Amino acid sequence: MPQQQQATTDVLVLGGGPAGAWAAWSAASQGAKVILADKGYLGTSGATAPGGTTLLVIPPVAELREQAVQDRLKAGGYLSENAWIHRVLDQVEQNLQLVEEWGYPFPKDEDGRPLRTHLHGPEYMKIMRRVVRKAGVRIWDQSPALELLHDQHGVGGARGINRLTGESWEVKANAVIMATGGCAFLSKGLGCNVLTGEGLLMSAEAGAELSGMEFTRQYAPSFADGTVTRGRMLAWATLYDAAGRPLHRGDRTFGSIPELMLKGPVYASLDLADTKEKQEFLRNAHPIFFMPLERAGINPFKDKFLLTLRYEGTMRGTGGLRLTGPGCETSVPGLYAAGDAASREKVTGAISGGGAYNASWAICSGSWAGRSAARLALQQPHPAERRMLRAAGRYGMPAGAGTARTLDAKPLIAAVQQEILPLRINYFRSEPVVAAALQRLNRLMPELGGQVPATVQGIVQSREAAAMLNVGRWIYTAALARKESRGLQRLAEYPALDPHQTHRLILSGVNTIGIRTESVPHAHELRIPGEERAI
Amino acid sequence: MIELVSQDRCIGCRLCVKVCPTNVFAMEGKLAVIARQEDCQTCFMCEAYCPVDALYVAPQADKSANPDEQELIESGRLGSWRKEIGWNPGAEDTMAERDTTPFFEVFTEAYRGKQQEIGK
Ligand SMILES: Cc1cc2nc3c(=O)[nH]c(=O)nc-3n(C[C@H](O)[C@H](O)[C@H](O)COP(=O)(O)OP(=O)(O)OC[C@H]3O[C@@H](n4cnc5c(N)ncnc54)[C@H](O)[C@@H]3O)c2cc1C
Ligand code: SF4
Ligand code: SF4
Repeated sequence: MPQQQQATTDVLVLGGGPAGAWAAWSAASQGAKVILADKGYLGTSGATAPGGTTLLVIPPVAELREQAVQDRLKAGGYLSENAWIHRVLDQVEQNLQLVEEWGYPFPKDEDGRPLRTHLHGPEYMKIMRRVVRKAGVRIWDQSPALELLHDQHGVGGARGINRLTGESWEVKANAVIMATGGCAFLSKGLGCNVLTGEGLLMSAEAGAELSGMEFTRQYAPSFADGTVTRGRMLAWATLYDAAGRPLHRGDRTFGSIPELMLKGPVYASLDLADTKEKQEFLRNAHPIFFMPLERAGINPFKDKFLLTLRYEGTMRGTGGLRLTGPGCETSVPGLYAAGDAASREKVTGAISGGGAYNASWAICSGSWAGRSAARLALQQPHPAERRMLRAAGRYGMPAGAGTARTLDAKPLIAAVQQEILPLRINYFRSEPVVAAALQRLNRLMPELGGQVPATVQGIVQSREAAAMLNVGRWIYTAALARKESRGLQRLAEYPALDPHQTHRLILSGVNTIGIRTESVPHAHELRIPGEERAI
Repeated sequence: MIELVSQDRCIGCRLCVKVCPTNVFAMEGKLAVIARQEDCQTCFMCEAYCPVDALYVAPQADKSANPDEQELIESGRLGSWRKEIGWNPGAEDTMAERDTTPFFEVFTEAYRGKQQEIGK
């Protein structure tokens, strides 16, 4: 491998989506030296950049906010934490004001008050790149992280590779923020093929715990040939079967697609937008939804287009690294998590955070992680370069190789996808089917002990394969352990919510997966008769 | 999938190589080439960043669409996404500026009308 690039810094941020960008900006604003390494490019990479996100913003009116928090608590199966949602609502308002000051053109209402409810991805992330650089952060694009460095005091940096030069890199830092997004298993949802789970794997190898991995029964509809997973547009759709018979209209369309697909192909048409005004509104609000359809020669307001469902894993699903404190600390000292890489149960509970919560969470958790990581790094008596750090990576890496065979990532990834993507296994979850899939995934583990090809693609894809395989194993392990249906978790054998399982499931370890429960502050509020049913 | 690097238009600025999230492009001499089409995630970001509109991403994620360059130019599709975002030189406004609409859910509730259930 070509020569190493080495650096020491206060805070190392891995991932340059909104969570990583806010983390880097916030750490640098505290006076810390910061390096941000992204697999792709801060500005284009991740789930937000190509499209955009609607935000969770609620005016600072006590009743409105309390109502939202209570609604969420109930919808999320009493696994969210009211105090955390209030924190997000307060924090996101401050950050969005900054985004506006930095030049984002939010629309205004009749009284001239800005409506900061939606961000177009390309513009938003371009602004974030500019302010992150201006704050003095060194941005390393095309530089996927592969493994963490650690010692007896916890995490102290990371190693990775530059995809353009082939150089490996090593950064020592007293605080590392994991902001590598969710894991969507290369299912080609918009912007999501960079999200393959290495952040979760490298953290687990360094001893970090995961939480909420069962809340991942999450698929999003897109035009069958395309990638744009903007399900909310289907609130304006009628769904049709192959013979052109209407199946569902409006609000109910979105959630019913998996069941309808069991019976045959499902088509959609946005024919509920039946005036020019409505069509123009939708076209301007989400151009990314329309452009690919138009390029394919489809008029979505009139024509019926075939739908598919793309698996979103922990991206719009909810599981991720377990947070242990208000500064987005993980269970390993020196390691922080933000955005989709962190479990979002504290604000979303058992349901998806897509549709508003996740985007605001990325902003807030990034800011908190950046601030607390900077504080820790600046207080450290021992500079990182003097620590005796070891590399923690094993699975799908040269350090874990145990056989002479070559690790062939592409067929391995296909084998993992075969167990994870099908609705039959992962959406219509049942004990025997999920258990059999988990067993087949377990049997793939020895493949990770093969020799890693010494090319950039070989090195990166081997690690991606290892990460997806293990995220899949965590998802199914947690799904089998939660013997009930709640939010994004469902098992056919247990169709109802079980009040005795109003706790979190915490996983740890890679080869042998440990599992325990963690209590949640609002569990007692669920013991109300009549609410003990699936939600 | 990414389908086209226009040899006539490309000025070899390397921007697509730098910004593509999935590392699809490489430089061959002075021009960008599609080195790993199968890794393309159909996110359209390269089109948005190319300063001379030399790139075309077809909406199909899996099948190769093999579009014709001349036809793309004539139909105005080459460069249309950058234009829609408002990053082309001389753009009057940006996509973000044009989105002057109220909260999506509020609009939906107010204007879509009540839905009758099918079959009932
Ligand atoms: C089409 C679509 C629409 C959405 N709409 C909404 C919405 O309306 N409201 C809402 O709340 N949420 C929405 N979401 C979800 C929202 O986009 C995500 O929650 C948000 O992007 C999370 O931010 P993040 O920074 O954690 O992750 P991402 O934005 O996904 O960024 C992760 C970054 O990590 C990098 N990375 C990955 N692996 C590595 C590695 N090994 N080393 C270094 N870097 C790495 C990636 O390149 C990427 O840049 C939507 C998602 C999609 C796909
Ligand atoms: S961004 Fe456009 S001009 Fe620059 S190298 Fe790529 S194709 Fe050529
Ligand atoms: S569409 Fe996206 S993934 Fe494909 S080449 Fe362009 S930037 Fe890369």
